[in-house]
Amino acid sequence: MTSPTLVQFAYFAAAVLFILGLKSMSSPLTARRGIVWAGVGMVLATLATFLTPGMHNFALILLAIVIGGGLAWWSGKIVKMTDMPQMVAIYNGMGGGAAAAIAAVEFARGEAHGELSLALAVLGALIGAISFAGSCVAFAKLQGIMNKAFRLPAQNIVNIALATATVVVGLSIVLVATPTPAQVVVFFVLALLLGVVVTLPIGGADMPVVISLFNAFTGLAVGFEGFVLGIPALIIAGIVVGAAGTLLTQLMARAMNRPITNILFTPISGEAQGGAAVEGTMKELSGLDAASLMRFAQKVIIVPGYGMAVAGAQHKVWEMAKLLEEAGVEVKFAIHPVAGRMPGHMNVLLAEAGVPYEQIFDLEEINAEFPLADVALVIGANDVVNPVARTDKSSPIYGMPILDVDKAQNVIVIKRGKGAGYSGIENALFYQDNCRMLYGSAQQAVADVIQNIKTMG
Amino acid sequence: MDGYIALYIFMLAAFTGYEVISRVPVILHTPLMSGSNFVHGVVLVGAMVVLGRAETPLEMTIGFFAVLLGAANAAGGYVVTERMLGMFTAGKKKEKGDAK
Repeated sequence: MTSPTLVQFAYFAAAVLFILGLKSMSSPLTARRGIVWAGVGMVLATLATFLTPGMHNFALILLAIVIGGGLAWWSGKIVKMTDMPQMVAIYNGMGGGAAAAIAAVEFARGEAHGELSLALAVLGALIGAISFAGSCVAFAKLQGIMNKAFRLPAQNIVNIALATATVVVGLSIVLVATPTPAQVVVFFVLALLLGVVVTLPIGGADMPVVISLFNAFTGLAVGFEGFVLGIPALIIAGIVVGAAGTLLTQLMARAMNRPITNILFTPISGEAQGGAAVEGTMKELSGLDAASLMRFAQKVIIVPGYGMAVAGAQHKVWEMAKLLEEAGVEVKFAIHPVAGRMPGHMNVLLAEAGVPYEQIFDLEEINAEFPLADVALVIGANDVVNPVARTDKSSPIYGMPILDVDKAQNVIVIKRGKGAGYSGIENALFYQDNCRMLYGSAQQAVADVIQNIKTMG
Repeated sequence: MDGYIALYIFMLAAFTGYEVISRVPVILHTPLMSGSNFVHGVVLVGAMVVLGRAETPLEMTIGFFAVLLGAANAAGGYVVTERMLGMFTAGKKKEKGDAK
């Protein structure tokens, strides 16, 4: 085979492997095989690219791959499982940045011929730059570098103005066909700014949806640049991810009963407007009381949330669950679709700790069981168990499906302090008669409970 | 590339993406998001082609960053996904932890 044919064949094989890999990743039994296949596809495509005719700068290419790939490989290896969401965000942002940079070079060379090609280059650059800037902000927020939600005055007007300006400059690039450097620079500055401004006010439970949205964005950007470069493998991989990511984003948004437009344009702000004040007091209980309540219960449902992830308490929680099971208690885990900072974040952490799949239940599967449970143990979850989502029409989270923890006989909430949740909304659950608070980090509190259960034999 | 052929590719790829993950259990949402994050790391290939054809210092600089970012996307995406999925297999071996 001549080298162009070989390159094309490798790209084709890579595209097939990507699709098969993603397909395998959608079932727990074949998931591991899936990522390996996709990985083989990536290696094939990368190696083949070196054979593309007319290429030079090989030393630079190798250097960039070694530095970029090496740093990412290393950071991905050492990062803690609980910090995974922000790592996915930042790697995704880099992909978006790469797509935008490809477009920038095309502009500099004036190589994107024809209006369609130029329009797609601009569109890919726009989406890629937004994804890059937005993902960096998302990373900073989740990593705790940047604090919570930050809302500009007249946020929506600023968003719309910026978006309009970016699109206008983008259009001007398409129309003149050979853009001036100034045009291109202004375009990218605006697009990056747009990404930052759109992401800044978003916080709390909306974060995972936004990361997923940016993931879909990067996919689309890659697909569009693939068209500009004339590499079908990029188009296929990019658009497949774009479509899959869009669907995933919709699934998540639906799980929270928050349309995407609401998430982007009316974020739940720090000082949530609306929502009636909650009456009553929070009642504390000791680790010993918590231990005896659960040790002598028949059925305990554990609801993990972000607090468990932050404290890295999943191993302790499973240790406690096993102790309870040995004592004859039926233990189940209930996971809200958006618990933690990514959908399925809790599933990953519990799997890491060794909790078998059969004991982990989705919202729809478990909600009917709460009234039958003696104890519902909430570990560092807040908004996803707030009953005002069912009852209070004026609350910003009204209509979001929640775990009906409040219907259990007893509720124990492990929580670090008395403050409101990430969304800033008071939780009516904590003031209910059947609810008791166990203060402390998830790690300490569960360790305390474990000690006490052990003394009961 | 022929515009219409590309349009067909766009359309078919979009349906494929939609189909491929339409029946995914919640448990795999995060790994799948991470996995698809890895797949769009193929942008590395496009970045390599761009840098490989770059002539001026400006093109070479931007192209260099494109490859750098693309490689980071691919490598990071792979490692993170692999680690997440590795946990699911580890999770199958029950009773690994000690139950003292």
